[in-house]
Order: sequence, then C-alpha cells, then structure tokens
Amino acid sequence: MSITLKINGEAREIDADDDTPLLWVIRDELNLTGTKFGCGVASCGACTVHLNGKPQRSCVFPIGAVGDNEITTIEKVDTPEAKAVQAAWQELDVVQCGYCQSGQIMSAIGLLSDNAKPSDEEIDTFMQGNACRCATYHRIRAAIHRASDILEA
Amino acid sequence: MNASNTASLSRRGFLKGAAVLGGAMVIGFNAGGALAISTGSAPAEAVGFNPFVKIGPDGTVTVVVKHFEMGQGTSTGLTTLVAEEMNVPWEQVAVEFSPSDEKYKNLAFGGQGTGGSTAMANSYLQYRQAGAAARDMLIRAAAAEWKVEAADVTIENGQLVSGDKTASIGAFVEQAGMLEPAAEPVLKDAASFTLIGKDKLPRKDSMAKTTGKAMFAMDVKVPNMVYVTILRSPLFGGTLKSFEVGAAAEVNGFVDARALPDNSGVAVYAESTWAAIKARRSVTADWDNAAADTRGSAEMLSEYTDKLSAAPTYDVTGKGDLTEMEEAAKAASRSVSADFHFPLLAHAPMEPLNCVIEPTEEGGVRVHDGCQFPMITHPTVAAITQLPPEKVEIITYYAGGSFGRRANAQSDYHAQAAMAFVALGGEKAVKLVWTREDDLAGGFYRPMFAQRANIGIGDDGKVSAWSQHTVAQSIFKGGPMESFVVHDGVDHSSVEGVVDTPYQLPMALGLTDYESPMPVLWWRSVGHSQSGYTMEVLMDMAAEAAGQDPVDFRLAHLDEEDENQARLAGVLKLAAEKAGWDGKQVDGKGRGVAVHKSFDTYVAQIMDVSLDADGAISIDKVVCAVDCGVAVNPDVIRAQMEGAIGYGLGAVMRNEITLKDGIVEQGNFPDYEPLRISDMPVVDVHIVPSDKAPSGVGEPGLPPAGPALANAIHAATGKRITSLPMTSAGISFA
Repeated sequence: MSITLKINGEAREIDADDDTPLLWVIRDELNLTGTKFGCGVASCGACTVHLNGKPQRSCVFPIGAVGDNEITTIEKVDTPEAKAVQAAWQELDVVQCGYCQSGQIMSAIGLLSDNAKPSDEEIDTFMQGNACRCATYHRIRAAIHRASDILEA
Repeated sequence: MNASNTASLSRRGFLKGAAVLGGAMVIGFNAGGALAISTGSAPAEAVGFNPFVKIGPDGTVTVVVKHFEMGQGTSTGLTTLVAEEMNVPWEQVAVEFSPSDEKYKNLAFGGQGTGGSTAMANSYLQYRQAGAAARDMLIRAAAAEWKVEAADVTIENGQLVSGDKTASIGAFVEQAGMLEPAAEPVLKDAASFTLIGKDKLPRKDSMAKTTGKAMFAMDVKVPNMVYVTILRSPLFGGTLKSFEVGAAAEVNGFVDARALPDNSGVAVYAESTWAAIKARRSVTADWDNAAADTRGSAEMLSEYTDKLSAAPTYDVTGKGDLTEMEEAAKAASRSVSADFHFPLLAHAPMEPLNCVIEPTEEGGVRVHDGCQFPMITHPTVAAITQLPPEKVEIITYYAGGSFGRRANAQSDYHAQAAMAFVALGGEKAVKLVWTREDDLAGGFYRPMFAQRANIGIGDDGKVSAWSQHTVAQSIFKGGPMESFVVHDGVDHSSVEGVVDTPYQLPMALGLTDYESPMPVLWWRSVGHSQSGYTMEVLMDMAAEAAGQDPVDFRLAHLDEEDENQARLAGVLKLAAEKAGWDGKQVDGKGRGVAVHKSFDTYVAQIMDVSLDADGAISIDKVVCAVDCGVAVNPDVIRAQMEGAIGYGLGAVMRNEITLKDGIVEQGNFPDYEPLRISDMPVVDVHIVPSDKAPSGVGEPGLPPAGPALANAIHAATGKRITSLPMTSAGISFA
C-alpha cells in the first residue's frame, strides 16, 4: 500500500506494507544509506534517525506508525547541534570502522538538543543504546563535551 | 605471521612492470572522503606512476591502498607514506582501494589480504618507495623542461620548485609519466619527516563517516539486483534434505527460494532486504544431521578438561621434559597451579556480513565487498561461478569492522553469495545480507581454549619451573596457510604468546588439539587473545607467591641486554611511571598490570577498578604504553589501543558463545551484549619514541586488557578469575 513519508523536508510516496520497518524504507527504497542496519532489534542504535528531532531506532519502527511526523536522517540533519557534533567528531577523529557512527551522531545530537552541557554520567546514560564494536566510546564522550563547548562559544 | 613482518623489497622488482593501472573498476574517495567510482582504467586524466600512486593534472595525488579499511586506519596510514615522500599537502591526497590484483599482495603473506597486524609493517618501505619514485619522476620531468639539474629541483608543498621557477606537480604529470622509474628511488631521511609521526594528521575517512556518505558493501545497489537471505542448518555440519516455501510465497516482494548447490542452506530471494528477511521466517527445511556436531558447551568443556588431564599430544618446547617440569614446579617450596578456560567468541562486527555479486557485460562477475582476503575470495568466487580468474573483479568498500571475521580460508560468505548467484541462474545480481542472528550463530568463532599451568618459584624468588598444557581447536590446520603456521603438528597460533614469551622462564609446553566440524577462526589478536590472559594472570599469581611487587617481579624476568626483552621492559616501566605505580593498593579499589608482546608490538597496561557498595566492579582508567617501532600516525595508534582495550574488555567481562545440543544459544546482541559506553574506562595512551621498523597496532592492544582487569579485580577483591567470561565466574559490573 502507499504511504506518504515526510523525510528530510520532502514528502515521499512509499509503496510498502504498513509493518515494514522504517529503516528498510529509508535504505532500500529511498537510497539513504547513511542510516545503518546493525541488529534489527533496537539493541545497537546504528539505525538511529530523528522523529520530530528526537532520536528514534528505525529498525523496529513500522512505517505505518510514522504518520505526520517528520523524519530526518544523517544526510540532512543540519541543526546547530548537528553541525557542532559533526565538527567535534571530525576534530577528534572519533571514527574507526564508522559503521555505527551515523547512529552515534544522531543520538549525540538528540542529547545536546535536550541537555546543552551533559556530564560524563549523562552522556553514558543517554548513549548507552548505541553500540560501537570498535569501542570508540572514549572519544565519543570527549567529542560530545567538545560539541557542547562549540555550541556554547 | 610471528616473524618480523616488515618486508624489505627488491626495488627493481617493485618497479618492474609499474605502469598505468589497467582494466579494473576502482572505487575511490576524493580528498574529502566522498565516494567516487570510475570504471575502466584509471581516470583518463590521471597518470599512474606505479601501482600505488596516480596523479591528476590538478595535482591531486591518489594513493591506491592495498589493505582494506576496517577502521584500523590503513586509508590514512598508507596514504601518509606516499604523501610524506612526495612532499604534497595532506589535503591534496585522495584514497582509493586497490582492485584484486597480484600487484597488491601483502608482502608478509604472499597474497592479497589484510590481517595479522601486518598492513603498515609490510607497506612501510613499499609505499614510501612508490611516493619517492613518483617524486623523482616529476623532478626529472621539470628539470628537463626547465633545463636545470634534477638535483636543483625539489617538491615543496605540492609545488615543483627550482630557483625562481615553480609549478604544480599536476603540470608535469604527463611528461613525468613517460619517464622510466628510477631503480632505486631515494627515500627521505627520517629527520625531515613532516607527516610520518605528526601527532594529529586528520583521518582520511573521518568526513565521509560523520556525514553518512561513507559507502559500505551493505550500501551497494546495482541494477537488476535481488536481495537474498540464507536459511542454514541450526547445527554445524548439517546439510539440506528438502525445504518448503510455505507462506513465504505470500510475502510482498518474495521472488524465489532455491537450495544452495552444496546443500548448505536455502537461498531466499526477494525484492528488498526486509522482504528477504521476512520471507525466510516462513521457509521450513529438513536437515540431514548425520555428520553434524551435536555437542553442547558443557560436553565440550568436559572433553577439554579430560584432554587437559591426559598427556599432551605435542611436545611444543621439544625437550621431552613435560612431566619432569610439571613435577619440578609442584615440588618447589612455593608454587602456583591453575586451570584456565576460555569460551567461544563471535567477532560481531557492526556491519552484518554481506556482499553483492553482479554479472558483468563481459560475461564475468563483479563482487562488491569490504574485502579482507581477495587472495581467497577471488579464486573462491571464480571456482563457484566456473569463470576464469580474469573474469572476476572485486571492488572493495569501507568495511564495518571485521576483527578477523571477514577473512577465512573458505571465504564463507562470498562463497554463499556466489552459490546464491549461480542457483538463481547467474543473470541477476544478488545481494547477500546476513542478519545479526546469522552472524552470532554463524560459526568461525575464536576457539575454546583450556590451559593447565604449574609454576614453581625458586629460592632466588624467580620462576624455577613452568609447565603448561594447552587444549585448543586448531585454526590453521586444513587451511591454505597451514604450512606457514603448523610445524610438526603444532599450530603455532594455539601456543603463541607463551612459547615465544620474551620473559626468561624455564618452560615445558604441551599441546593437544580438539576437533569439531564447527569452523573456528582468528579473532582479534588470534592466540594472544587467550595466551596474554593466561601468561599475565599467571605472572601475577607467581609474583604473589614470591611475595614480590608485580611490576618488579616481571622486570626481574627480563634481561634488558636483549633488545626484545628490553622493549617489553620499556613499555612496562613507561606505563608504571605514567600511572604512578607504587605497588600500593587502596581500599575499595584495585590496580592491576599486564604486559604482552604480539605482532612485534609491545604493550603494557595498568588498570584501575573500583568497587561499589554491592561489590560490583567499575573500570575507571587504563594507562597504556605501546612500542610499535616508528609511530607513523600517533593518533591512529592511540585509537587502536583505545579500541582494542574496549574490544578485549567487553569480551572478558561478559561475552561467550554457548551451544546446547549443538545449537548456538545466542540470538542477537541482547544475548551477546557488546561493551557499552558506560563500561568504557578513560584510556591514556603513551607511545614509546622509536626508530625501529613499524609493527602492527590493530591487535596488540587487546591481549593485556583482560589480564590487567583480572589482576585489578584480584587486587580489589582477592578473587582470581581463571574462567571466562568474568560474569560467569561470579563477577558483577556496575
């Protein structure tokens, strides 16, 4: 069946079953491959997108439940928080394999949008659902602090 | 792979046949890391100076990187070597992954592949020579045009310079490309390095990987492509008898289901990844389990323990003194004995395994993959598709992690994709996608290991006898690299890190193999992933028995007149100094030390833990010292230490693959919980300045992490952990 998705500022017609996870529509239908498949059970966070600006795991979110909500993916996220997070990630060379990093960045943007100056503990709590098998966590923490400083400046 | 991997080259051999890259399709990333694909030969305007360097008329230098990028930093590291020798600004250098071609073989392997922490070690001279050769050709071309001596021309900051004449290197690409490469291009003196050793050279892949633009094989979509998932036997060694499509046919997007030609499973084809995943749930199959392994982890452990108690099959140290040494150890006035047990481990890279195989217009196939072992994948795909090797191309993308999993003697997932491609008729491109469940239950695990050690302490307070029996399933036996690694029946990877320890220890080592149809594989740091733990927990136990400080005790077993032992002592002393080690322990906290050499690199770690009111452990901080020879990219080295520490800690804390009646019990990440950010300690890395040949950094940070944690927990709680994971040994983490 046909569904209209509001994604990255555009309305896109999608022909897929209601129960199709948003992740696969984003990747296979819309070719926005920056959003990743890691586990399919909302356990790793690689598929994190924004739903009305809030982080949402797209691998367990059926397109039938999206409704009027606005989806933003890594390709188009461009709030001041997004720019600060990406700049900090680049400055500190956080990435290794990079596969989880779109999701890490989308979550970090969500964190800083709610909490401009998170502590280490607040970062750990908020980012806990985003797994990184390369274990870049030490730098993720540092980069979130750095992004917070960039935003403050 | 235990020998020194820093290859020196016949320079003539390297330059012979160096010419414009031909034929293959290459995938590259521009200087900003964005994707660029070119088909046919190298871009028309770019000139190939040798297999590793191409230069465009705009002066952009493209480095053709022969080692895939799984996060370990090859796209930055090998590029640094060329940029250094050419004196071009970092921003002017782009990266491209090499096609599958003999020219790009790993000099440590003799075939094209990445592993064993060899990428920098085997490329260090080769890529510098490639850059130096290109520099020399450009200089000679400019000298001829300007009618000056070549000695009076230099390249500075990407510009050819002689007196008042300057030009972009791009202006001389065509003329330089026609010159004969020098047989012996002169390399820069280390004192004039500006990029090698530079502390914060930006990673080449950072931009693409922070903007969603980085291309992984999972992101590949080609025309006329179907997606395929595979229904496998839940038992290792089971084969397909028959299957029913059932309700899968009703799934929107379902295309077809076919038996794989080797009856290893059912290929379920669909028009989208989701449809292929969903349809597979409804396919049912009957399996022939006559040859399958139905043992569970408990039976395995019991067999391992029985073998441990029997005489070893192989006398690894070869002196015929296994029994005498054990008796001597037990008879010493102070002695230590312990059994160790290590579980099966999955690699679980973030990107579930996948690849695309498409038919080419020339009647061949093109493989799209984060390809770790083209030397195995290429002939494997050729054999299954019944094509001559020259009809098979491999395009390498960024790989979403590997930790060893993408490389194996069977090229398992490529073989599966090739079979699925053939089974569907070979007309349509197929994209094989594994789910996380496929990955965790897919075998190729770090083998289970068991160790029994007996150590005696002499009157001088040093180890007087050390006997150790290892039981392990061999990784290398029966594979294509067997002859390099297995000697007189002993798979070196089962005993590495013990038999070749730099410590001065009177050792007698035995080995017994465990056999199973379940495939096992190298997992980040291979045998060292368990031998580092055994050795360093045992050294701690021996120090305790001897009544000595753990750092002093280790140093007492290292003769610093010997370079190998001195380098191990060097990192240990550096870590101790940076951590402020004074041998004192504080109530409610614990501090542990471990040091280990692997892949020619020396790493020491001092780990601090604390206990909460319930006795749960928090890992607070790790001070790490590393000696990897010349530190080409210090920040990449730090990143690899941080990452290997995290990967190692997560595994020893709580990871294990278990079997019940032969069936893997772990489904998805919740059953194989990865290290989380809240588990991650602060990591403080110190690099030993060195002019020794560079050695690997991808793996050596891992072996000390587990034992440093175990020793810290012992310091805090008095509990020795000799069976992993720690959570199964009664340890809880905050």
